[in-house]
Amino acid sequence: MINNFIILPLLLHMTTAIVLLFLWKRITVQRIISVIANVVILIVSILLFIQTWQTGIITMQAGNWPAPFGITFVSDVFSSMMVLFTSISAVAISLYSTISINRARMKYGYFPIFHFLFMGLNGAFLTGDIFNLYVWFEVVIISSFVLMTLGGKKPQMESAIKYVAMNMLASVIFLTAIAILYGLTGSLNMADLAIKVAQIENRGLVNVTGLLFFVGFGIKSAVFPLYYWLPSSYHTPPSAIAAIFGGLLTKVGIYALLRFFTLIIIPNEFITTVFSYVAIATLIIGAFGAVVKRDVRRMFSYLIVCHIGFMIAGLGLFTEVALAGAIFYLFHDIIIKTNLFLVSGIIYRIKGTMRMPQLGGLYAQYPRLSLLMAIVLFSLVGIPPLSGFWPKINLFLASFLERDYVLIAAMILASFVTLYVIAKMWTEVFWKPEPPLQEGETVYVDGFAIMKPFSKFLLVFPIVLLTLVSLYIGFGAENIMLISKHIAAEMMDTSPYIKAVLGNDILNVR
Amino acid sequence: MELLLVVLIGILYGTGIYLMLRRSMVKLLIGLLLLGNGANLLIFLLGDLTKEKPPVIPADSNIFTAIYADPIPQSLILTAIVISFGLQSFAIILLKRVYLATGSDNLDDLNTHDIDI
Repeated sequence: MINNFIILPLLLHMTTAIVLLFLWKRITVQRIISVIANVVILIVSILLFIQTWQTGIITMQAGNWPAPFGITFVSDVFSSMMVLFTSISAVAISLYSTISINRARMKYGYFPIFHFLFMGLNGAFLTGDIFNLYVWFEVVIISSFVLMTLGGKKPQMESAIKYVAMNMLASVIFLTAIAILYGLTGSLNMADLAIKVAQIENRGLVNVTGLLFFVGFGIKSAVFPLYYWLPSSYHTPPSAIAAIFGGLLTKVGIYALLRFFTLIIIPNEFITTVFSYVAIATLIIGAFGAVVKRDVRRMFSYLIVCHIGFMIAGLGLFTEVALAGAIFYLFHDIIIKTNLFLVSGIIYRIKGTMRMPQLGGLYAQYPRLSLLMAIVLFSLVGIPPLSGFWPKINLFLASFLERDYVLIAAMILASFVTLYVIAKMWTEVFWKPEPPLQEGETVYVDGFAIMKPFSKFLLVFPIVLLTLVSLYIGFGAENIMLISKHIAAEMMDTSPYIKAVLGNDILNVR
Repeated sequence: MELLLVVLIGILYGTGIYLMLRRSMVKLLIGLLLLGNGANLLIFLLGDLTKEKPPVIPADSNIFTAIYADPIPQSLILTAIVISFGLQSFAIILLKRVYLATGSDNLDDLNTHDIDI
């Protein structure tokens, strides 16, 4: 089925960004337009998902060039779900940004760049062309560079150097891998590549190319030996920007990994073993990294790394059950990580610091807000029946069936350490009485209490919204699991995807 | 010609990675630049070099009759060059701002706010 409707999430972000550029420095108008545009895009994404779910894979050939010659946009259930969850996060973050981003940042183009970033994300999810994927990745990283450095504080600049260098290196490695793949097959269309790569005789070269792609995507998604840039850069930008980064930028790397290794290069035993080891190391290192951090946002950064391990584990096991678990975890993680950083922003506004020894007494001051935050934190840990629990069942089951007991041990350890870390954070930030002022410290005025009620609402409402979504993921788990299983089945048998892109008779002819 | 390009690509990747491993920020940037150029040449090389056969259909024919040079790698390189131009100009400005903020070209001096263990 062919439909131009599917690039609408991308086009709307682009148009909004351009309109906002013309409204330079008129921040009130910018805020209103941004929120409205995000709500419209959310509605479009819901429609796109419903249509994809009902009618099957939708494709669009840019410029009417038939695949594999032109650029193809494909919306299967996986892509449209990613677009949907991205749009939910976008609505929440843009509402939150209207208050939490300071005026100077808004005057110098926060909202236009925000929309360019989301255009890149939606493009990366919807494209069916590997070079086009590279271009969308570049759109995403150049926008994230600007958001990272916007404001120009010294810590931001220092962390930006690491972030920029590692992401540019990842792009070069990705480009190198594309070059080799093009040399091997002479094609760039993902569906066409899927057919042609399977026919290559020299499997050694295919596997090396696959590993190059793994390194390129791995740097972006922060897996074990390649994650060091993440904890040293994600804690510096303002919370709303950190929420975009933590919630979505690493996940686009995971999306690319899942798409690439289930469609184009089907991993052999060696590559899945590499994935398993990487997953084990990521889980353990991320978990223990989070234990030693005393700054809330640094701790969350390590938890991002830790939980990336669950998704890589799904890829390492490479069975339908495991992939369904990994996909479910991906959806859960987008919502919950975005929410975590939004929560940390409110804590910072109330207390003026992120360091746990100086925090405390939040529960006594704001009991209702604390309970809201508790739901977020418990969902992250995966206390049943909240959302983090269900995908783990699948992952445990799959690794039990595959007899990968070390992986099970690593996943259990990571879950327990996450629980420990969150319990520690709960006692330090919420339960502990507020520590007495050190010598030389001045009293911090609670920035949250002095706000107008409407501003407070704009800060808290996005968190409520995302919490409701994650509660739905938890209590309506059978629906999300149904979708995840559907996606996993599509991943194990890619012929519908290939047929939808290249036409019905393509598989019979070859 | 192919062999020359292969050697050149090897040198560009090697020097690029060597420079990235140095402590100086300027060398890090030059390293990234060389790596990017190496990747562009690699695309060019892997598109199968064909000399003096432009991909133009002759006037008296409707289809290609002889071997022709693949035009796609060149368009890919063009895209990659434009993208890397943008990224590099951003990185150069960033570098200058970081230098103004920290007063140092050494990457090890960038951890001033990492007081947390």
